[in-house]
Amino acid sequence: MIRNFFIILIIAGLAGVFVSLFWEFGASDTLTPLATHYANNGAAEVGAPNLVTSIVVTYRGLDTLGEVTILFLVAAIISFFLKVEKKGQKMAPPRVSSEIILTASKLLVPVVLVLGIYVFVNGHLTPGGGFQGGAIIATAFVLLLMANPRFELNHRIIAAVESVSGMAFVLVGVLGILLAGGFLDNKILPLGHFGKLFSAGAIPIIYSLVGLKVGSELSNILSNFQDVQKDEL
Amino acid sequence: METIALITSFVLILIGLYGILSQKNILKMIVGFSLFDTGLHVLIVTVGYIRGGTAPILDQVTGTSNVSDKIVDPIPQALVLTAIVIGLGVTALMLAYALKMYQEKQSLDIRDFKELKW
Repeated sequence: MIRNFFIILIIAGLAGVFVSLFWEFGASDTLTPLATHYANNGAAEVGAPNLVTSIVVTYRGLDTLGEVTILFLVAAIISFFLKVEKKGQKMAPPRVSSEIILTASKLLVPVVLVLGIYVFVNGHLTPGGGFQGGAIIATAFVLLLMANPRFELNHRIIAAVESVSGMAFVLVGVLGILLAGGFLDNKILPLGHFGKLFSAGAIPIIYSLVGLKVGSELSNILSNFQDVQKDEL
Repeated sequence: METIALITSFVLILIGLYGILSQKNILKMIVGFSLFDTGLHVLIVTVGYIRGGTAPILDQVTGTSNVSDKIVDPIPQALVLTAIVIGLGVTALMLAYALKMYQEKQSLDIRDFKELKW
């Protein structure tokens, strides 16, 4: 009883803070100076129509490298933590999936994979990018796992894709120091024609590498959860 | 416009906090954390809203010169992209811990885990 009272007290206190914030808040009419610089010079300096992408990949590229590293750490910790010893697999035969999901997985998995690749390749032109495309690719593996509970990802291929794309990401960044203005500078390749697929320097390459890395990492996490469940059947 | 988004984010944060504090099932607490996370993302994007601005993607509408008058702030959106990925990682780790805790005691009720309680 007293516990519930305290919970309501905390929620009410926070709600009071929010109400006063709400009355104070007004959307501004002008951008901050930093955002103004990005908006006015982003097209000339980076050459990507999607300004969010030019910030994520080029202006703040180091943050994105850190973000990819954190995701890698999560995948590594989970696979270490949920490691299954291959003791005499006492697997009961899993329930067969329904006809609908079996047919849907055959039909949809290639389409979803192509959509994911489209999203990360076009990350500098349209909304989307490496992280979103990688997440879409991982959903294709969710569908495969749901349709066929015995399905096993080839861990060797996943690990190879993940480490090669991660290394290549860092390599492209180091090339930026050698050939252009600094770490992860996208001008190691010509900026090209504004708004075309092969433009904005190294951004399509970096985002494709990020997409492959995120897709393989998320698939790895999912298959680790799947392996643990298999052990319990 | 910004009013709706602001109210949505505050309500999501409050629902998430209530879920974290009041629920006994670990999985429901993780759902609370996810709601809290989503509310924060909506809040950060709302703070970057500029009255009458459009999405920060250069096309025929914005042109390529004097863009700063026509778009919303792209920096909070880039930050939220990072925050979403980190939130995903945190949720995956919490779920992995919940799975291990279930394997330990065959229970997901937080009241059954008393080892660190004093």
